[in-house]
This record gives sequence, C-alpha cells and structure tokens, in this order.
Amino acid sequence: MQIYLPIAEVSVNAFLLLGLGGIVGILSGMFGVGGGFLMTPLLFFIGIPPAVAVATEANQIVASSFSGVLAHLRRKTVDLKMGTVLLIGGLCGAALGVVLFNYLKSLGQVDLLVRLCYVVFLGVVGGLMFFESLRAIRRARSAPGAPPQRRKHGLVHALPFKMKFRVSGLYISVIPPLLVGLTVGVLAAIMGVGGGFIMVPAMIYLLGMPTKVVIGTSLFQIIFVTGFTTLLHATTNFTVDVVLAVLLLVGGVIGAQIGTRIGVKMKAEQLRILLAMMVLAVCGKLALDLLLTPSELYSLGAAGGH
Amino acid sequence: MLRLLALLVLILPTFAVAQSEEIVLGLSREEVAITATFDGSDVLIFGAIKRDAPAPEGGALEVIITLAGPSEQVTVRRKDRVLGIWANTDAVEIDAAPSFYAVASSGPLSQVLTAVEDLRHHVSIPQVIRSVGAPDTVDNAGSFTDALIRIRAGAGQYQMLEGDVLVEEETLFKTEITLPASLTEGDYVARIFITRNGEVVDSYETTIAVFKAGLERWLFETSRNQPLFYGLMSLAIAIAAGWLASAAFRIFQR
Repeated sequence: MQIYLPIAEVSVNAFLLLGLGGIVGILSGMFGVGGGFLMTPLLFFIGIPPAVAVATEANQIVASSFSGVLAHLRRKTVDLKMGTVLLIGGLCGAALGVVLFNYLKSLGQVDLLVRLCYVVFLGVVGGLMFFESLRAIRRARSAPGAPPQRRKHGLVHALPFKMKFRVSGLYISVIPPLLVGLTVGVLAAIMGVGGGFIMVPAMIYLLGMPTKVVIGTSLFQIIFVTGFTTLLHATTNFTVDVVLAVLLLVGGVIGAQIGTRIGVKMKAEQLRILLAMMVLAVCGKLALDLLLTPSELYSLGAAGGH
Repeated sequence: MLRLLALLVLILPTFAVAQSEEIVLGLSREEVAITATFDGSDVLIFGAIKRDAPAPEGGALEVIITLAGPSEQVTVRRKDRVLGIWANTDAVEIDAAPSFYAVASSGPLSQVLTAVEDLRHHVSIPQVIRSVGAPDTVDNAGSFTDALIRIRAGAGQYQMLEGDVLVEEETLFKTEITLPASLTEGDYVARIFITRNGEVVDSYETTIAVFKAGLERWLFETSRNQPLFYGLMSLAIAIAAGWLASAAFRIFQR
C-alpha cells in the first residue's frame, strides 16, 4: 500500500516503513540505543530527503525510547538521578551542536563531515566494545563463578562535587556524567541521532555503571534530547514529517517492547558483543561508500543547500 | 467539461481568420488532488484540429504534447576523489528546471520538429532547462545538465514519449501521460503543438492544477504556519504511541 508523505513529498510503501520501524525498534529495546544511526541511513536509501529523514527520525526515537523506558521503569533499571545529570549536559550539548552544525553548513561539505563523523565514532566505539566484550566472555569461560568485580579508582573518583547514585551503586563526581552528556548532545545534533550508541559505552566504560541500568538510563536521557531536537527541526527547518513518523513509530514501539524482553533474557556480554558487531557493520558500509567509486557521480540538491 | 468544449468550439471560429488549422483541446482532468493514498495519476490529453479549408497539401500533420511541472532552482554536485575519499567537489546551479516534464509526440521528435522550432518553442527536454552558465572554475559544465536529465529521467520525472500521440484522420489526437507518485504542488502547464514539415502550425496552452488535499493539505499547512504547535503535536503523538504500546504489551503478558 502506497502512502504519500506530505512533508517529504514522496510516495512510499506503508508496510516497508512499518517493517523498518519494527526491526529498528527491536534493536532499540535490546541495546538501549535509539536506533537512529541505523534508521537514518535506511531512510536515505528508500528515497526520503536527508533533511526530512534526520528530523523525522528524531521524532520517532522519542516514541520508541518512551516505550522502552516504561518497560525499564517497571523493572527499576533506570537511574533517574544519573539520567537527569546526563540530560542537563545533553541539552546544553544539543544546543551547542545545532550552532556548530549551522556554522559548518555555511562552510559547505557538511555531508562529508557527518559521514566521516559516523565512520570514526562507529568504528572506535564498535571496535572498543567488541574487544572488551570478547575478553569478558573469555574470562567468564576460563574462570566460572569468579565475577571480576574490580573497582578502578582513577581520575573519575578524584573530582569534586560527588553525588550518590543509588540505582547505579556509584558515588562519583557529577563532572564526568555532565561532560559525557554534553559530548553526546553535540554529536547527536551534528549526526542527527539520539546518541545512544556513544552514550551506552561511555556509561559502561567511563562512568562504570552496571550494563542493566545503563540501557534504561540511556533511553530516559534520549527521550528528552531527541524531543528537543524534533522541536528545533520543526520550528526552524519544517522538516518533521508526522505521517512518516507515525508509520515508523507504530512498528518501532512494538519492536521496542519485544526487544526489551529479549534484552532481559540475554547476558550482558552477549548484548554488548552483538551491539558492537552491528555498530561495526554500519561503520563498514559507510566507509565503503566513501572509498568505492559511486555509480552516479552527480547528485541533485535544492538550491542554496549543502 | 462538455460545456467548456462547446464554448471553445463557439468562440474559436471568430479568431480563426489568419490560421487555417487550429487546436481544440480536452483534458481528462483539470486538477490532480494529492491525498494520503496518492500513487501517481494518469492524465489523458485529447483534442481535435479544426480547419476552415481542406487540409493543405505537403507534409503529414504531426502533434507534440508537453506537460511541465513548476520550475525550480537545482544544485547539481559532482563527486571527485579527494585523499582517497569520494567527496562533492564541484557544484553547478541550474537556474530553472521543471520538477516534472514529459514530451509526447506522434513520431520521432527530431523528425516532427526542426531544431530551429525546438529552440523557439522550448520543446525538447534540454531546451526547457535554463542554465545561465557554470562558474569558470568548473570544467565540462554541460555534463551537469546531462546528469540532471539522466537522474530525473531515471526517476520517471522526465519522460520522452516519442510515438505516444495517436493521430487519426489528421484531425483527432490523444495521449496519456503518467504522473509519478512523487509530485510537487503547483500549476502543470500542458502545451500542444501541431507541425507540418517540422514547422509549428499552431500551439495551445492550458494548465492542470496539482495540489495536496484533505489531511495532507492540513498537515503541510500546519507545519508551515504553526511550526511550534506542529512540533508539539508530533511529540505528543510519539509519546502517546510509546505509552500505548507499552500498556498493550502489559495486558498481553498477563
């Protein structure tokens, strides 16, 4: 069934969109990522104009994250206090990111920069997570029953403004979470994604939060950052297509519910290694696009845009 | 429709002093409404040739029908290898290119229309694209226009329909043009030319209005006129859908 999208001004198959939403929703629920880093390139691929894809994707992420966070709230796997701290950083970062994005746009070549950003960040994050989880799985196999409960006391614990995060079982300074939130906010605005794929590893490896709590908290934070981004896009670029969003999110919210249930049944290391592999696959695809000779060297764009 | 045709037939003879052959036109639809389930549309363009005297001797009568969507500026970019990475390097602004363009003719276009007449009336696809000129820094600027035509033709936005116009008894003609699903709003201009020996004998112009209708129109206008409300509405829908799905799954689990 073909549906005409009023803002994107293209006609697409409704079931294709529902299916895409469903698959990305499952991943979103499993890993606590918004799924934007997968969905945005997929939308480009089916012919949605990039500006509309990025803005609408932000709106869709709000829905799937909200659905996911409700499931996590019931399990009490959301650290609201940590989420709020991250959120404050995130909102500042998103605002900063939009300013930076518009500056880069005036210089031109913003497309290439966004792609390079994707390749570098997905590559680094995916690679680090992959090897770390592989080590964790090996360790678990060689020494069963001996949980590696190492608590590192590095720079993170020496900073002032300490705060107790009961759900995460942490007593650390608020500066690292604020900085993590800020960085992710900036990247989210530039790359047009929720930033979960950076947030999740940062929370695990930089802040030392337990994996189970990380996902719910990340989702909680993403709702607000992407909601903010949606409003910014709707009021400045008029590129949020609500019909496209509804189709994606109907699939997405159902997928997120299924995904959350799958995620609970899986071991933390398995979850992480799967997420790492997915991140690396997307990274590889984007890198190939940059390196291989494209079949069409020319592209069309609206006048004045870059 | 019939009344309009009758009116045309009544009015036309008074103007038909100078020309011996004239076009009387009909359209299967004078407007195209884009609704939620819009999936392209066919427009039937038909008409007759009215004459005071018997058809002149000489070359056969040929008919060319064009349909053009609203023109807009387009930026065409070319990728080049920079440090091993494919990046956009050169860009050319095309001043005006129709968002949709179809040329249907009763025979091969090069035979039914001379090059001079094509230049004068802007009939063939390259002739309707207006490009003042690329900056000096860009080499091979013509390839950008070629690329625009190639990409749009691939998407069904530019159509060459040679031989698609049916002419009967040198009097009646008709053709069907398929509008693609991705359509821009605006006035679509239909032009009909009748030619003999490649020379234009008469031409006729009319418009077909293409507009969004119903929910599509409301959403589009709200997003432009009340962006904050539209944004908040989008968020509300997203949150409601998220909550609904979560609640529904809880019921299923019990």
